[in-house]
Amino acid sequence: MAQVAVDNRGLRLFTRYLVLSLVALVFLFPLVFMVVSSLKPDNQLLADTGSLRAFMPVGDISLDNYFAAFDRAPIGRFMMNSVFVTVVTVVLSIAICSVAAFSFVFIDWNGRGTLLSIILATLIIPFETIAVPLLLVVSRMPWLGFEGIDWGWLNTYRVQIVPWIVDALTIFLFVQYFKDLPRELIEAARVEGASWFQVYRRVVMPLSGPVLATAAILKSLKMYNEQYLWPLIVVQDEAHRPIMVGLGYFFQLDVAWGELMAYLTLISVPVLAFYLFMQRAFIASIASTGVKG
Amino acid sequence: MASKLTRSNGVGWAFALPGFVLITTFIILPFFFAFWFSLTNQRLISPNPTEFIGLSNYERLLGLDVITLEPERDDTGKIVRDEDGEIQYPRVRTITRNPDFPEYKGMREWFRWQSGDNAKVVIASDVVFMKALVNTLTFVVFIVPLQGGGALLLALLINQRLRGINGFRTIYFMPVVISIVVISLLWRFIYDGNDGLLNNILAALTFGLFEPVDWLGNPDTALGSIIVMSAWQGVGLHMVIWLSGLQTISPTLYEVAAIEGASKWQTFRYVTWPGLRNTAILVLIVITMQAFALFAQIDVMTNGGPLDSTQTLVFQAVERGYGKQDISGGSAISVILFFMVLAISLVQRYLTRERS
Amino acid sequence: MPNWAWSGYLQPLPIDESEFDDFLPGTKGYWDGKLYSIGLWDAAVALYARESTLDDLGLRRPTLEKPWTGEEFMAALDAAKASGDYEYAFDPGMAWTGEWYPYAFSPFLQSFGGDIVDRSTYKTAEGALNGEAAMEFGEWWQSLFQDGYAPGTSQDPADRDNGFIEGKYAFQWNGNWAAVAALEGVDEVVFLPAPDFGNGSKIGAASWQFGISAASEHPDGAAEFIEFATQDKYLAAFSDGIGLIPATASAAQMTENYKDGGPLAVFYDLSEAQAMVRPVSPGYVVAAKVFEKALADIANGADVADTLDAAVDEIDADIEKNGGYGH
Repeated sequence: MAQVAVDNRGLRLFTRYLVLSLVALVFLFPLVFMVVSSLKPDNQLLADTGSLRAFMPVGDISLDNYFAAFDRAPIGRFMMNSVFVTVVTVVLSIAICSVAAFSFVFIDWNGRGTLLSIILATLIIPFETIAVPLLLVVSRMPWLGFEGIDWGWLNTYRVQIVPWIVDALTIFLFVQYFKDLPRELIEAARVEGASWFQVYRRVVMPLSGPVLATAAILKSLKMYNEQYLWPLIVVQDEAHRPIMVGLGYFFQLDVAWGELMAYLTLISVPVLAFYLFMQRAFIASIASTGVKG
Repeated sequence: MASKLTRSNGVGWAFALPGFVLITTFIILPFFFAFWFSLTNQRLISPNPTEFIGLSNYERLLGLDVITLEPERDDTGKIVRDEDGEIQYPRVRTITRNPDFPEYKGMREWFRWQSGDNAKVVIASDVVFMKALVNTLTFVVFIVPLQGGGALLLALLINQRLRGINGFRTIYFMPVVISIVVISLLWRFIYDGNDGLLNNILAALTFGLFEPVDWLGNPDTALGSIIVMSAWQGVGLHMVIWLSGLQTISPTLYEVAAIEGASKWQTFRYVTWPGLRNTAILVLIVITMQAFALFAQIDVMTNGGPLDSTQTLVFQAVERGYGKQDISGGSAISVILFFMVLAISLVQRYLTRERS
Repeated sequence: MPNWAWSGYLQPLPIDESEFDDFLPGTKGYWDGKLYSIGLWDAAVALYARESTLDDLGLRRPTLEKPWTGEEFMAALDAAKASGDYEYAFDPGMAWTGEWYPYAFSPFLQSFGGDIVDRSTYKTAEGALNGEAAMEFGEWWQSLFQDGYAPGTSQDPADRDNGFIEGKYAFQWNGNWAAVAALEGVDEVVFLPAPDFGNGSKIGAASWQFGISAASEHPDGAAEFIEFATQDKYLAAFSDGIGLIPATASAAQMTENYKDGGPLAVFYDLSEAQAMVRPVSPGYVVAAKVFEKALADIANGADVADTLDAAVDEIDADIEKNGGYGH
């Protein structure tokens, strides 16, 4: 009897791993296909999609597609633009949204409930539906530069940054998190004569690691991955173009599939590397958002 | 309640102001512009002055009517049938393009049904919009259980003590961090009708019995294919949210259930599920909001085709407002979408409030 | 271009039009009787085929003077289909969504006797896009896909690029920009003129062009640049560089590909003889998209008459909404 039980346990363990692995394959196969294909010349790539070879780096393997992709589009430039826009937006977003949420949660002032409701209501406006009116707004917006006032924000970095700094979700995340912080700490700090800014800087921020990570991660993903429609309509010059819009270079009349795969891989590698490196923080931070819900 | 220590109108406003100004300028203001444009004939570029035209954009989108077609009869008064025995009706265009019926001008058949010998035909002044509306709702209705339920299954699967479980969790989450544009492009290869990966896998699994399907090129499968891909991409995110919910459930409850001799299903039904109520609400709301904004997948994979089977409201709003430079028409769609989402979130809020 | 001119973003070229007398019609952008833009090159579309296909199937070789009729064309497709040597008899290029549809396919409609809009007034598409000729065109178009002559809208873009060269397709409808690759891949490729469906063979014309912004502070400088760039030697150099058709006959003689006897000379002749510019109207931007969708829907099996009616309604509604676009 005992022998059978042990066997059963072994079998059950095996089944569990089998199920887990099959599911893992479902999530991995498109990505494996992407990376493997980026190493193949076009005709082999297309021929291989008919068999398991699609997932194997076999045949005529080289980095030629990567060199060709770099020749075709200023990838370095696009990558730098995307990273720059992402970093600046994330930093400003965290600063401005956390200060606002701080004020909504800890400071008692007239109209804060109404204001917060208005902000949260914007959660349900999909960006795509206001893209065109927003285009009209930014095309007439003034900007104070070194040479006086400029009109119109098209073809700049700021048009890709400023409209994205504040969003309802980020404020919501901070508000939810702050609500669970002990209020006594804040009041104690106030009793000791700390200014509001000091309370924010010295008391609340040091306790806000998890929510800062969540907000930064979600915002970075959004800025790096999803900036497609907006830059497409507001940035026509190559100098300011982000990486997602660069995809268009690979969809001229003749599509170079190998180069496209190389480009897709190049786009995805930084995020994937960042994710794998930080995966505990990633998952923990997103999970923490969930608990608060 | 408000102590002097925490009360400060000046500082409160000052801290909230930068955020509020930005959100007003870049979200609320454009939204009101959209509202205003939807009542005018605003174009993206045009020398004509913008005119206020009231609700006519909405009338054009929402115009619906039912007409009755009587069967064609031959000289003896007998109903004309084709070789399959189907009753022959006059074409709808004999009515909609007939100067005698100016009220039906510009309308087109959406769908029809048989009633006795007659056919009832629903005609709409914007059939594409109607299809986009139905497709969007279909997408929401299917993706919520598929993505939410799939994510819960994954969470239960991953919520066990096994060596290497974190590695699996990392893999399941991976598609979430990749751009939906990249994912959509990759899945075009998977869904390809001739030599696509999916067709080949299915053919191999059924030993060649499976007939290849042109997944994105067939009106019957295109929307379904996009639903499955979208669920695949987002399921990892919701798995993590469920997982965090699972871990808030006290282990003692499970111990009690075990002592009582509860089956696996009973444990899930009476211990796990009640403990996940708040998480469920969050997952439901997040998926619904994302589903209504369906755009990138359509733009990359199908452009709304074939035969409008994947048109969605947001895709149409962008296509008209930007592609066809008709800001007023696109804005009207945006406003309708906004009120739909608003209504649904109010309903959701009402239902969840009543329970808790 | 007319869309920009109408909206006031462009100004008429301050250059004497006679300077461009010898330019191909597709390279000149007129709006309201004034020349607004000029292109360095033109593009043309032809029916790609193999010499051996024509011989094996026993087909008459069509010429510019005597192109295939509609019946001859369909007979050729039938023969190719019946031979069983090809995956599809004809590749119109459905994978190339966007401007390709109106550019490449509206000339078929015109050859049938229809058009995207009524060019006598530019105020309506009624009768042009849903008249009898257009219906006939629509039925023919649908038959291409329903009867298995041509791959539909879900054609793999890779097949569009390589299918003809690989021998999957007997005939391909393609532009001169792809001709160099076809010559390299298939030595016996021939470029045939469009079939004549009753109203002459037609192909699309037009190119990307230079214009001067209405806000330009230096229109004269811009004009000088344009005059400079449109000299024959630069037109020829441009064509040699990127393979497109030079705008004038004299420049064509100076190029590798388009001089008399050059491998692509046929495209210059096609462009000169058959090219029709697309509707010259600010409304074209919308009409083109509507036309594209209608053709895709018909190819996918939608009812021809209903689809064309719907297209007409949408184009007319757009023209009305724009106060007639200044026509």
